[in-house]
Amino acid sequence: MDIQETQRLLTEYLHELAALFHRVPGSAIFLRYVKSSYQNDPIRSAVELFLFLFAVRYLLAPKYSTKPGVVQLSEDEIDDLVDEWTPEPLVGKPTPLEAMEVDKRTVIVGPVGPKSKLANGRTVMNLGSYNFYNFNTNESLKEKAIQTLRNYGVGPCGPRGFYGTQDVHMKTEADVASFLGTASCIIYAQAFSTISSVIPAFSKRGDIIVADKGVSFAIRKGIQISRSIVRWYEHNDMEDLERVLAKVTKEQARKPLTRRFIITEGLFESYGDMVDLPKIIELKLKYKFRLILDETWSFGVLGRTGRGVTEHQNVDAAEVDMIVGSLAGPLIAGGGFCAGSEEIVHHQRISAAAYTFSAALPALLSTTASATINMLQNSPETVTQLREHTKAMWAQLDPRSDWVYCTSAPENPMMILVLKPEVVHAKKLSEDDQQFLLQDIVDECLANGVLISRLKTLQDNFEPKQVVEPALKVCVTIGLTRKEIEKAGTIIRHAITKVLSKRK
Amino acid sequence: MPRRAAGPSLTNDPSNAPFSSSVSVKGGIAIKAPSVKPSRLSQLFSTSPKSRAEPQTVQGTVQSLSGSSHSSTVAPPISSASLSLPTISLSTATAGNPNMDEPPTTLFQPPSPEEARRLAKQHAQFGPIGHHSHRYSSRHPGGPFPEPIMDEPPYYYLLTTYISYLILIAFGHVRDFFGKRFREENYRHLKPRNGYGALNSDFDNFYVRRLKLRINDCFERPVTGVPGRYITLIDRATDDHNRHFYLTGTTTDTLNLSSYNYLGFAQSEGPCADIAEATLRKYGITSPSTRAETGTQDLHVEVEDLVAKFVGKEASMVFSMGFGTNANIFPALVNKGCLIISDELNHASIRFGARLSGASIAMFRHNDMRDLEAKLREAISQGQPRTHRPWKKILVVVEGLYSMEGSMCNLPGLIELKRRYKYNLFIDEAHSIGAVGPRGRGVCDYFGIDTNEVDVLMGTLTKSFGANGGYIAADKTMIDKLRATNSGVFYGEAPAPAVLAQIMSALRLIQGELVPGQGEERLQRLAFNSRYLRLGLKRLGFIVYGHDDSPIIPVLLFNPAKMPAFSHEMLKRKISVVVVGYPATPLVSSRARFCVSAAHTKEDLDRILTACDEIGNVLQLKFSTGIAGGALPANEELTPPPEMEKAWHRKRTPKVVPPRWPIEDVIRRGVQDVKSPLF
Repeated sequence: MDIQETQRLLTEYLHELAALFHRVPGSAIFLRYVKSSYQNDPIRSAVELFLFLFAVRYLLAPKYSTKPGVVQLSEDEIDDLVDEWTPEPLVGKPTPLEAMEVDKRTVIVGPVGPKSKLANGRTVMNLGSYNFYNFNTNESLKEKAIQTLRNYGVGPCGPRGFYGTQDVHMKTEADVASFLGTASCIIYAQAFSTISSVIPAFSKRGDIIVADKGVSFAIRKGIQISRSIVRWYEHNDMEDLERVLAKVTKEQARKPLTRRFIITEGLFESYGDMVDLPKIIELKLKYKFRLILDETWSFGVLGRTGRGVTEHQNVDAAEVDMIVGSLAGPLIAGGGFCAGSEEIVHHQRISAAAYTFSAALPALLSTTASATINMLQNSPETVTQLREHTKAMWAQLDPRSDWVYCTSAPENPMMILVLKPEVVHAKKLSEDDQQFLLQDIVDECLANGVLISRLKTLQDNFEPKQVVEPALKVCVTIGLTRKEIEKAGTIIRHAITKVLSKRK
Repeated sequence: MPRRAAGPSLTNDPSNAPFSSSVSVKGGIAIKAPSVKPSRLSQLFSTSPKSRAEPQTVQGTVQSLSGSSHSSTVAPPISSASLSLPTISLSTATAGNPNMDEPPTTLFQPPSPEEARRLAKQHAQFGPIGHHSHRYSSRHPGGPFPEPIMDEPPYYYLLTTYISYLILIAFGHVRDFFGKRFREENYRHLKPRNGYGALNSDFDNFYVRRLKLRINDCFERPVTGVPGRYITLIDRATDDHNRHFYLTGTTTDTLNLSSYNYLGFAQSEGPCADIAEATLRKYGITSPSTRAETGTQDLHVEVEDLVAKFVGKEASMVFSMGFGTNANIFPALVNKGCLIISDELNHASIRFGARLSGASIAMFRHNDMRDLEAKLREAISQGQPRTHRPWKKILVVVEGLYSMEGSMCNLPGLIELKRRYKYNLFIDEAHSIGAVGPRGRGVCDYFGIDTNEVDVLMGTLTKSFGANGGYIAADKTMIDKLRATNSGVFYGEAPAPAVLAQIMSALRLIQGELVPGQGEERLQRLAFNSRYLRLGLKRLGFIVYGHDDSPIIPVLLFNPAKMPAFSHEMLKRKISVVVVGYPATPLVSSRARFCVSAAHTKEDLDRILTACDEIGNVLQLKFSTGIAGGALPANEELTPPPEMEKAWHRKRTPKVVPPRWPIEDVIRRGVQDVKSPLF
């Protein structure tokens, strides 16, 4: 084989290869591209080749983790670590306070009424339940509920979105909306879950919430899950609120406009005091915030017919963007609601977690809510009577006791009694000490035939921590006569004195 | 409405009290009264005004009358019913025959009009069983738990699905473009105005405004009455393209495939409703306080004991809302420095609770034990991020039965991993409690696994038991601690007495303490119905997801426009179904979800299958490849003997033929094939 032969073969192969290359679809385009990009400039082609090779290398490079700080371990090492790892028990041992909590749980046997029978067989005056109007023993309400039960069964067996919307729910929504005077209303299956779903439905990451430092646990949960920016103002301090609002407005002046909310309660769960709604409305309009008002404790209680704090302070409910309230408690039904404009309600039907992902409210509770709202509307004298009773109880406790004072508003039938600071100071009581002492008072009352309860609160994991003073909770009911209320007040006062004066 | 055949099958009737003289007759057809002249007696009852009185009175009357009947010969009063439909009796007994135990031999007993109405109402809530063979016990047959096979449609359907969404989105944007210019008032809440930020984000709202609105009439359909075997829809119409609806004033009775009424306890009569009524009368409507304060009544304690006993744990807590139960429990179990490893398809309530707890959250692929193991190994070996401190606790959270997939958790696999990796296991039995297992006690029962292996069992009382609320069951020490740390106890309203009574009676009924036999029948009928419908759908050629024993049967529709079409077509045939699409499911796999109930009869299921067959042809929904089962047996006549089943299956040609059975064959062979593996 000589050199010519080799050359001939080589050219033959080359031609064949070129022909093959030309037969590949798109080869003409490739050639044209190379030709046009070459432009008599070999450096340019070299750079392109380099880029091409770099891309190939990048694509073929081994994958690497983007997580920082991952320690590479062999399978055996992982096995060892797995063997060594001992988790903590899922729940720890209860603290003495927690043990007492479970130990001293009150169990009522039979119906909850103004006088209830306890597990130990004694019948006591019940000033621990939110049965303010004593609707729970009302026979006509019971009959209505039974009628509903016989038409609808107990549970609706489905969420509202999928065939769980019963006509009774629509009626209750309309009833609440017309009672409050808002355009629209939506009901939830549990009062406690209502506001913690309403807040995150509107306030998202990057939005701004200005909230009272004393808001309830449920509101705190809602704020926590919304992941919004939170600014707190001192409890019920309107000047501080204005200061915070002004500061937020100034800070955000150059940023894109986000949703801004003020969140507060009508009657506060932990203190019982009342919000200054006209002032808040004024500030909200001035600084262009939306207002979410939690009326869990004021709906059905305040105002001439129990419409809540809006009626009590003569504010148009339509001025408040969202009114959240409870149908459990004094209305003896169940569930919660949020009332507002049609857009606000409609949005929740799709995006409020506790509405979309939960079964609907039982029909019999829904009709009960409609019925009790109707009763309040038609007989304002029950509301007046409750206020009289509250006044009578108030007179027995607040001005006459050397040990406690009442932080609740005078109209609030749920009276929160806190130890006076000088008492706490003089006796050097820690928070746990106070809880144990208050439980002693509750026991002492019970021994004398009056059921009251401590204000039960829970610490959460949300910063800043909220400090709620240990307190007693006394709930007035019109199921008892005025005399009985006064007598119960005396018993409570004496029990407080007895327990606290014993304590050195 | 299917009518019952004759005497003997009456004792199988679930909606009537069983054959026993001590049990209240409740105005049922009174041939159960132990008497030699049953037909005459019943005639007397059904026409006498006393039969419309309270059940107790009726029972009293039965007893007093049956005592005196053999001495006096009462002439049956002639009612219109007895005129048109004569009684057929084979009884040869004479008036002097003292044999009281002889069973009645009446062949046909015409019901009076009131009686017929009452029965119709009763059967609209809970259908009577058609045949004693329509039962099955749901139980894991043993061996490794198979992954459900996810069949895939031809690529054509996937492509058209994507194109459909593209068209919808494109149209949406075009309409928005003009809408924002010419119909500004419709966009007010999406734009900043007067210094207020937009109420809702324009982007988030796009899906609702442009996609969901088109099919809004398939959601939130208002209903009335009991969501039992049938459900009464309140008809509505719209003038503004589904933005608002107005009620037309009429109602439609539809077969209910949409409620989570697994065991058929959604009833307004029967023992559960009677007990609920009695409790409501005695206890009032509610317990107006929180559980921690004064909201605990003897009823709550009793129900908690019952629930604990039922699920097989030492203690339990009940709450007034299932969503809230999950939302509140996690902060009490885990906190910062703990890790929650959660199935990617877990319910929103679990995510809500997990986010509140402050613990780190990791996810593993749905039901994938290998992925879970990899996640566990990584978590334990690497520890917490940055600090590399070991995790304080690792909580694996799964659901017993997934409501959108119809798949059950792989409990044997989870327990095996738990032994090795020492994590804590939390099972949300929202859909599985009552619905699976030979005794209806959820996934542990289904797999025959000791409940001690699972740390926390959570479930809802809304679904299988026809009540409302949720429960947490665990060891007593754990529950005692949780009672003092769970916010649901401190702030959530206590469950209402009537609801508790419903839970209590439903549980007792399932356990056989109340109306023995009926609970078992409900469980077995549910298991049968679930398998029957699933097998039928597979054979017709639909793609269904999930495990064979699951009462949730998702039927895949894929194309978004088929969701409303399917829903409307079903509604035309008076069947109410749930359709779900994105974002509750992945974008491509829109589906219709059937929830089977023990209240359905075989005839109902056949009606559904027939409807699906018709609609499936029209909408082109039959695209299964056969890999998930339902294939035609090699030879029609050749059915394997049960003992050789496995070998027979192995011998069969591996070639998978897409099953497209004619509806007649599906119905003809359904009952006999349903009890073997659904292949």
